[in-house]
Amino acid sequence: MAITAGTFDSLELRGVGRSFGGHQALAGLDLTVRKGEFIALLGPSGCGKSTALNCLAGLLPLTHGEILLDGRRVDTVPSEKRGFGMVFQSYALFPHLSVAKNVAFGLHMRGLPKAEVSRRTAEAIELVKLTEHAAKLPGQLSGGQQQRVAIARAVVLEPSLVLMDEPLSNLDAKLRLDMRTEIRRLHQSLGLTTVYVTHDQEEALSLADRLVVLREGRVQQVGTPDELYDHPSNWHVADFMGYRNILPGTVVATTGGDGLRVGLGATTLTCRPVGDRPADGETVRVAVRPDDLAVVAGGEAPRDGNALEGTVVVVEYHGREFAVVVQAGDGTLLHVRTPEAPRVGDTLTLTAPAERVLVFPAALAGEATAGAEARAVAA
Amino acid sequence: MTTAATGSRGSTASLRHRLAERGIDSSLWLMVPALVFALALFVYPFSYGIGLTFQPGLATQEKWGGGVLANYVAFFRDPFVFDSVWITMRLALPAALFNVLASIPVALVLRRRFRGKRLMTSILVLPITLGTVLTAQGLLIFAGRQGWLNRALMATGLVDQPVQLVNNYVGVMLSLIITGFPFAFLLVSSYLSGIDPSLESAARTLGAGWWQRFRRITLPLLAPGLATTFILTFVLAFSVFPSARLVGDAMGSTRVMSLMAFRAFGEQNDYPMASTIALMMGVVELAVVALVLAWRALLYKGSTGGKG
Repeated sequence: MAITAGTFDSLELRGVGRSFGGHQALAGLDLTVRKGEFIALLGPSGCGKSTALNCLAGLLPLTHGEILLDGRRVDTVPSEKRGFGMVFQSYALFPHLSVAKNVAFGLHMRGLPKAEVSRRTAEAIELVKLTEHAAKLPGQLSGGQQQRVAIARAVVLEPSLVLMDEPLSNLDAKLRLDMRTEIRRLHQSLGLTTVYVTHDQEEALSLADRLVVLREGRVQQVGTPDELYDHPSNWHVADFMGYRNILPGTVVATTGGDGLRVGLGATTLTCRPVGDRPADGETVRVAVRPDDLAVVAGGEAPRDGNALEGTVVVVEYHGREFAVVVQAGDGTLLHVRTPEAPRVGDTLTLTAPAERVLVFPAALAGEATAGAEARAVAA
Repeated sequence: MTTAATGSRGSTASLRHRLAERGIDSSLWLMVPALVFALALFVYPFSYGIGLTFQPGLATQEKWGGGVLANYVAFFRDPFVFDSVWITMRLALPAALFNVLASIPVALVLRRRFRGKRLMTSILVLPITLGTVLTAQGLLIFAGRQGWLNRALMATGLVDQPVQLVNNYVGVMLSLIITGFPFAFLLVSSYLSGIDPSLESAARTLGAGWWQRFRRITLPLLAPGLATTFILTFVLAFSVFPSARLVGDAMGSTRVMSLMAFRAFGEQNDYPMASTIALMMGVVELAVVALVLAWRALLYKGSTGGKG
């Protein structure tokens, strides 16, 4: 019998919160995880994503809400009886035990017969391709190998849920890509249900079926990768989804149709509002992806009359294209990608179509969660 | 190697550089003060003491025979002297063992965060600042026949005779624990803080209860530190002198080796015999230390993941 995942139908988090003293590290987290789903909790450090994971694992008691597994409360069940697997950021391998003994640890704790322990241990080690390293101590392995041991140790118990706390953050860039593929492969082949914590949007977008973006302990948006990528619900989510240019602006006038004129320093742009149309004179945030900005060639007209002028200050070679930083007259830095390298000091005019220039309310309302989710789904 | 590489053209590096490559440079002068002290205050007196042990007094030679080894013959043959080895062991081994074992649960509890933790730690460590003499005097006043403890016990009717807690084995043991425990506790705490707490969390998510987590994760990682702590507290307890005299039964149940050495030196003016006893004290301590180190060598001693 090969390793499979423990099964359940749904895992429900209802108003889950955790306070430390007076500080709310996590508040009002509602989420239903379906069997076999890959959920990523995404946010900057201190946003509450690790707190959420530790609450799920039972390493941190909840102060608010409840967690239900198929309608049965599990937040009151101690960690050691919950049966969720966890992969730690530091791997947390037992340094005095060999790879095989690390993997077998959980099976021993369950008091399984020796033959079964050694068979399942061997299977799990083979699954992560470490068979020839089974007798080594963790200290003798590379970072990537240690990470694979940690994963094998968690999945060998066939847990109903696997929790991963930034498992790739200690690896170098190349290994990170390899391990990302590896994690996705294991998730799919074993039919695991995974909750994955990360601050890397690329990791989250490439791995997850659904993303939960957190900020200061509150959910900002829940949705599939393309929902979040194309329809971020507020500028914070947009910032995480690759809208590197987030500029403060003021609504000048509402034009007819979809357009909205927003003043940015000396210029005005025609933009697309996200959610409710802001009133004239309201302070807003304008978000544009670097790839959506284009350099206006001599003689061409800027698109939708959107023109931003500035001086090139940084040119980075990125293989197929160049990442260029342009400083506008008022000092604002604009990130843009160009197929050809401009020279530092050149003056460029940048443009973007109105529908790719998003306008968000400047305020990030903590309670806007439900509305944001509804809007993202509607869009 | 340097010479070989540049040999064909003759070394261009100066002699000074070549010596510095081998670690010989002017910074070695920094070792001079320590060397002088070590030679003057340890190596010479120690060698002199060893020499003394082979120059037995006439009385010893006549009584025990053995020529130049008469002191050693006396040490092993004279039950009054030799029994002090066991008497000292009987005090030092249980005291060191108790201090180390009792430190573990206390250090485990004090690793958590709670109100009053600093106060707790301070109270536990405070006795380290009391000298042995002060501790002994305190014990005499507190636990003596007319001490507060006995008066309280009598007043509550728990005992009808004062309990003999000082001027015997118990008194010395208490004093060794009072002075030795803070020391062991500090050491064990620091070893414990070197263990990554996420290891225990990992063990929890793998289904290990608190005893299994302690038994299979914390204890094996802590064991080398416990061995070191045991050695240090044992050596401290083994050389017990003031409390053995002040709160012990100096000619009876707490006739420890250091008292025997002092008796030979101070009362009998037999320097060679005193040196012999002192030397044998070192030999016994070294034997115990070697045993513990041999056991420690079998343990895992690598990284424990924490800040240690």
